[in-house]
Amino acid sequence: MKNRLKVLRAERDWTQAQLASALEVSRQTINAIEKGKFDPSLPLAFKAARLFNLSIEDIFHDEVETV
Amino acid sequence: MSNPDYEKNNYQTKNIANNITLRNWTIAWVVTMAIAAFAPKFIWDFNTSLTIIALVVNLAIGLRMLIANRAYLRGLDEMQQKILLEAMALALGVGLVVGLSYELLEDIKLITFQPEIAHLVILMGITYLLAVISGHRKYQ
Repeated sequence: MKNRLKVLRAERDWTQAQLASALEVSRQTINAIEKGKFDPSLPLAFKAARLFNLSIEDIFHDEVETV
Repeated sequence: MSNPDYEKNNYQTKNIANNITLRNWTIAWVVTMAIAAFAPKFIWDFNTSLTIIALVVNLAIGLRMLIANRAYLRGLDEMQQKILLEAMALALGVGLVVGLSYELLEDIKLITFQPEIAHLVILMGITYLLAVISGHRKYQ
């Protein structure tokens, strides 16, 4: 799953540690999500969406494009 | 939107507290295990009552350590939980498969010494440790 977490974080000038703090996860988890190595659960995705004031679809994208 | 307040994050604080609690109960368990193992011989000359008390205390503290471990796991975030639970599953599987084969070695006379449970515990511990390191590397 691809995501725009790194871009959204950079736009707000937040560090990984600050984002981790806001989402109540470890910095390593934020790093893994940004690199696409770990897919967050739905509750965590909703939490990120609430934090950025966006919808989940605005942040996370399925790598398989639907026609 | 304002900057997330780093000070308000309780994830790390909670984890550190859970970690300290788990460490303390683990130390207590190891100490009471040592008492239950060595005190009957070296301190109270196999007094049955004292030996039973030492064993029951060790078991009770062991259970409390398991509860602290559960609290520690539940306090972790989902990726950390996944890494540790996968490591535990691997350690359990390796312990079961290798442990049974190891025990069989003596029954079928391939080894002359008595298999020790401590060897199995060491194997499971090393497997768990390597699996945790591997899990963290996987998500780096």
